[in-house]
Amino acid sequence: MLLIHCPYCAATLPELEFAYAGEAHIARPADPSTFSDEQWRDFLFIRTNARGLHFERWRHVHGCGRFFNAVRDTVSDKFLTTYKAGEPKPELEALLKAAGKDAAE
Amino acid sequence: MTSEGPVRLTLLPEAARFSLRVRQSDIAAAARAFGAALPARIGQTASAGPRSSLCLGPDEWVLHTSTDDAEALQQAFAAIAGAAPHSLTDISDRDRSILLSGPLVEDLLSTGCPRDVSSIPLGAGVRTVFDTVQVVLIRDGVTDFRLEVARSYLPHVMALLAMANLELAVAAG
Repeated sequence: MLLIHCPYCAATLPELEFAYAGEAHIARPADPSTFSDEQWRDFLFIRTNARGLHFERWRHVHGCGRFFNAVRDTVSDKFLTTYKAGEPKPELEALLKAAGKDAAE
Repeated sequence: MTSEGPVRLTLLPEAARFSLRVRQSDIAAAARAFGAALPARIGQTASAGPRSSLCLGPDEWVLHTSTDDAEALQQAFAAIAGAAPHSLTDISDRDRSILLSGPLVEDLLSTGCPRDVSSIPLGAGVRTVFDTVQVVLIRDGVTDFRLEVARSYLPHVMALLAMANLELAVAAG
């Protein structure tokens, strides 16, 4: 079972309490009426489907109920970090450096 | 309801419960109306007289009180509705509480709860799952837990607890 850190509860908890909620940092169109069909298609359906590090949303549905963002490696299933919704995307290089340090220790 | 085994399972009598949602800026006013603190950290509890609060989320609390006091609590919150907008929902009928007590209570809960039950501090509470059923688990003492379950799931959860309790009794010989 995956252990996921909830940034709101400030605790690392079992996966069973969480629900996956798709890719993170997808901005809603600021002016939807000017969107073309292609732009709507991209907004609604086109996702990065990353092999490797992926920014994604999770919800602590059986806990505090909050949505938050996470960086997960889709190959190894390892979480690099989780952070509150609304916070900016973390720098990947710094994260990888920190993760490498942990592995070396 | 009784069950054979090392852990005593007791269905507690009906009590009043409320779900409170309130913004950060209005927490102080809500706590004054409630008459007890509304803890800021998720999992912490506070109590005064019959009333107690448990923080379940950044802006969510579950309030407990006696059934006699429910009316007074609702009126106290209605009085501040203009100054401190909030949502106070009566969920008394939604849940029932089971009291679990006995030295093997952590073992019993770990048969269905994925959390590390032993890491829950005394007097703290969490919302979690028990065999896919969403529950609120409150630690009242070292070997005493209160499990709040939606009443429709009560027979399911009770049956699972009773069966696991019996297994613990068999294992203990």
